[in-house]
This record gives sequence, structure tokens and C-alpha cells, in this order.
Amino acid sequence: MEDYIIRVEKLRRDFQVGDETVHALRDVSFSIRKGEFVTIMGTSGSGKSTLLNILGCLDTPSSGKYYLDGISVREMGRNDRATLRNRKIGFVFQSYNLLPKTTALENVELPLFYNPTVGPKERRERAETALREVGLADRMQHRSNQMSGGQQQRVAIARALVNNPVMLLADEATGNLDTRTSFEILTLFQRLHAEGRTIVFVTHNPEIAQFSSRNIVLRDGRITDDTINTNILSAKATLDALPPENAL
Amino acid sequence: MNYGNLVKIALKALSNNKFRGFLTMLGIIIGVASVIAMLAIGQGSKRSIREQISEMGSNMIMIHPGADRFGGVRQSASDMQTLKLEDYQTILHEASYISAVSPVVNASGQVINGANNAQTSLYGISPDYMDIRKYAIGQGEMFTENDVNTAAKVCVVGQTVVDNLFTNGEDPLGKTIRFGAIPFKIVGVLTPKGYNSMGQDQDDLILAPYTTVQKRVLAITYLHGIFLSAISEEFSDKAIDDLTGILRQTHKIKPGDDDNFNIRSQEELSSMLSSTTDLMTVLLACIAGISLLVGGIGIMNIMYVSVTERTREIGLRMAIGAKGRHILFQFLIEAVIISFMGGIIGVLLGVGAAAVIKYVAGWPVYVQLYSVILSFAVCTITGIFFGWYPARKASDLDPIDAIRYE
Repeated sequence: MEDYIIRVEKLRRDFQVGDETVHALRDVSFSIRKGEFVTIMGTSGSGKSTLLNILGCLDTPSSGKYYLDGISVREMGRNDRATLRNRKIGFVFQSYNLLPKTTALENVELPLFYNPTVGPKERRERAETALREVGLADRMQHRSNQMSGGQQQRVAIARALVNNPVMLLADEATGNLDTRTSFEILTLFQRLHAEGRTIVFVTHNPEIAQFSSRNIVLRDGRITDDTINTNILSAKATLDALPPENAL
Repeated sequence: MNYGNLVKIALKALSNNKFRGFLTMLGIIIGVASVIAMLAIGQGSKRSIREQISEMGSNMIMIHPGADRFGGVRQSASDMQTLKLEDYQTILHEASYISAVSPVVNASGQVINGANNAQTSLYGISPDYMDIRKYAIGQGEMFTENDVNTAAKVCVVGQTVVDNLFTNGEDPLGKTIRFGAIPFKIVGVLTPKGYNSMGQDQDDLILAPYTTVQKRVLAITYLHGIFLSAISEEFSDKAIDDLTGILRQTHKIKPGDDDNFNIRSQEELSSMLSSTTDLMTVLLACIAGISLLVGGIGIMNIMYVSVTERTREIGLRMAIGAKGRHILFQFLIEAVIISFMGGIIGVLLGVGAAAVIKYVAGWPVYVQLYSVILSFAVCTITGIFFGWYPARKASDLDPIDAIRYE
């Protein structure tokens, strides 16, 4: 029981659109253990964005239970959820969302600015460590607009790692990248998974499921499939198998 | 939350947009600078008037006869005979808060020295008058109390009179001049004071013992006025109350009846004269205040645009753990920093402009500390006030919508 990072029971989320009630999520239940790499898949309208918002503590369910690292999120107010996001979750977005004209280091430091227990010295050290972990040791002082998409996404991943979250929550993290860079980022995710991180990767791209350890498929607000992937493909191997760029 | 961190975040955000920050600041800079410069001009002219008035005398109080009626007909002040020598004596012995007292009788007429003559005024006074009106003896000496007691025919003359009567530059001391038919021996010449703020030549006069002027020139027993000095400016009002009581008693005025004398102080005169400049100062400050207000609206405008422009940034900050109030304070701090820096630059510019006006146009300009503090405080409050609404809007954003905002 203790090693469940996420426990979701009978999650419902209804939206009021005009006179109609839209049921975005209907009785969704699942658990994610520590160290899993889960992809949550679904087409648009399947409810995956709603689920992502709830898992990311940005939104609260209409009914049902959600425990993140053993803490019940359902009754939490805005401010408490903000603190929870700061300590437990590392977000990676499709469009990176780095601060413009700001160095990689400063971007990575940002979450720690909202954590009063971390002093300036520790903040810097942890940001540097996180950047080294994503392979950007030599790009710390580069500004966000001086970096490629792949590099920016690495900075974003470093920013997600810097507060030592219990899980990484990726939202279409490879959606804006070309194939090669996508595999590079996936390689990074697989490495982080191998190091014991819990990763939840929300996507509509079925290919990515092959690289995760478990795949949950959502359709019309319900889970239609939840399979453990026993044959995890190596993103590194796929990357190496790609024809070299200059071959074209 | 560590608010030092928020200040750092706000400074970082501002330094990413230096030029826009500067443009926003410009409104505040101009507002503050003009408030300070305008108040400095207003204060400067007020001060110069006050200085001119204080040259007329030191904490001067003037008693004139007045409001006495003969059969319902109001008399002109100079004709009234309600102020007597006894009043002077009583005041001399009984009044408190007074440092100098002099009776005044005056006459206008022709003064003659040989072939030269001039129209001038003759004031009958006691030696205290010198202190009250801030006159000083340049050559010779003042006549004495003894001269007053004996009604001696001696006088002290102003420089203009000397210039008119002694055209060939001879020494006036010891010479005898005639005022009307009465000869006066000149014992001293006053240090020139120049013109006062009302354009009167303060050196065109002859001072003589009041006894002499009363008995020998005018043949009257009453006084035209009594001039006094309060021991200090603060005691001026108390002195006036005291004098009113003494005079009402000696004049046997029943409670409820009008005074038959007028007491006015120098302060009244100066506040009367400075009321125009006060009005001007208020007007100038109003105009400058409006420009400060417009500057504040400029801050609001830019902050508002900035919130919309940075919606995604706000969403991101919230997603990674910023609370609503962190966002609120970040934007508020940005607004305050803009207005604060604008305020500092504005103060420097305003003080500089005041100095330039002083040296180029030669206007009396005086920058008061309070105007600096005031405009600075106003611009900071403006920043908070006009920064609040956009900051509030930013902190109310839903992170889900904000992070995906295009």
C-alpha cells in the first residue's frame, strides 16, 4: 500500500456547459506504483487532459478519491494544492514553457524560489545537478531563446526534477519535437525510469506506449485498457537505428 | 514564502523588459518631477514675499484707532482720536509677550534744506521703533529717551531724504532742516533698506521724537498708532489677545461692544499677501498631480498588458507551486519598483529642474523636503493602487487555462 504513488478511486469530473452536463471522467480507478513508467493514452475528448489536470493537482474531481503519495487531494484548497505541486510533482509540458530571455539555470531554479525551505546556495547547487542529469552541463548560462527545442525540453525536464518530485507528469512532452529529438527525450525519460523515477506520460501518440512499462487507455471518460508492457522497447536502440540526418 | 525571492523574481521580470519598464516609468518621472518643480516655484515665491515682509519689522504688531462712531457716522482712521498717550503708557507697563513698544504719530509735508526741498513723511516715534521696524543707524546716532522727554527738535533721516536735500554730497550730520516751519537737527542717517514688497521707498522718511511731532508739528494729544514687537512669532497671537484686553479695559468698552481700535500683526499681512501665491501653488500642484495620475494609469495599462502577455508564464508559475498571492505580490512588486524608481528619478529631475529655473530664469525657487516626501509617497501609493488591479487579475487566473493560453 505504501509504495503507491497514485491511488485513484471512482474518479468523476463533470463540467457544466450551458444547460448540459459533460461527464469528462466517469468512475475512473487505478493505482500507480513507485517506479512505474505509465503512458496514459486517448484521443482528444477521451478525458485524458481532465485526468492530467486532476493528477497534477491543478483541478479537483467532482467525486471520487485521489491520493498522491498517500495524501488525499480531493478536499485541498488552492493554496495547499500549489504547495503540493511544488513538492511532489514535476511537470513537463508540450511547449516547454520556459521563461523567455532567462538562462537555463534560472529556469531550473524557478520551482525552488517557491519553496522557502531551500536557501539560495542549495537552490543553485540543486539546479546545477538537475541540469547535469539531463546532459546540459555545458549550457547552464544559455538563454531559453538560444536553445533548440530538444534542449529546451531538457531544461524543462531538469526543472521538473529539481524539487525531487515523487512523479514526473509529462503532457505530450514530445509533441513539438521531430522524430530524432523525440527519441532523445524518450531516451532521457527511460533513463530516469531506470534510475527509479515514477513517470506518468500523457499522450495521444500510440508509439510512445511501446517505451513505457504500462499503458492505460482512456475512451469517453472510462478506462478501456490497462496493460503491463512486458516488452519495453529501448528508445536508445531506436534512436541508433534511425538513419543519420545527413543521409537524407 | 520568502518575499525576498519575490523581489528577485520581479526584478528579473523587469530587467527582461527594460525599455518598456522605462517608458512606463516615464509617466511617473514626469509627474513627480513636475510636482516637485511646481511646488518649488510656488514655495519660492511665497518665501520671497515672506522675507520681504519680515524685513518690514520683527514680529510686528500694529495698533490703529478704528471703528469709533460719532453719532452713527464712521470716521476715517486717521481722524480718529481713540488712541491716547495713556494707552501707550499702560501697554508699556502692563502688556506681556512684548519686547518693544513705540507710539507713532505721522505727518506728511515739505522738508527744506537751503535751496532744496522734498515731499516726505515725518514719523514721531520712540527709539524702540528702530527695533520694531528693523531700522539701523548708518551714520551718527539715534536720538535718546531724553530727547523724547524734552521734545527735542532732533531727527534721524532716511537715505532718500539725504539724497534729495544734500545734492552736492555734503555731510548731513549736524545740519538743520525744516519740516514745515519747525527746524530739526539731523543726528543720524538710517542704513538704506530699499523698497518693500509693495513698492514703497522705505528710506524716504524722517524719524523724530513723538513728543516733538505731537506738540510742535501737529499740536495733537492723541496717537496715530502704536507699533509693537512680540517677543517671538509664536507669541504674536497671545500678545494680540493681551493687548486687546488691556485696551478694552482702558477704553472702558462694554462686553459685546465693538473695539474702537484695530490690532493687526505682520503675520496677517504676510498671509494675506501669500494667499495669492498659495492659490498659484495649489493650481500648479494640481496640474502636476494630474500628470502623476496619468503616469499611474500608464502603469496600470502596461501591467494589464503585461499580465495578458505573460498568461502562460503565470500558468507555469502556478503549476510549479506559486500560490495566488505569490503572483499577486510579484506583479504588485513590479508595479511598486517601477513607480519607486520612477519616483527617485523624478525627484532628482525635479530638484535639478528647480535648480535650472533658479539659475536660468532667476526665479525664487525653494525645494521643500515635504514636497519631495509627498510626491514620492504619492507615486508609490499610485504604483500600489494602479498595480493592484492587474496583479489581482493575474493571481485569479486558473492555472489550467493559463498554461495552455495562446
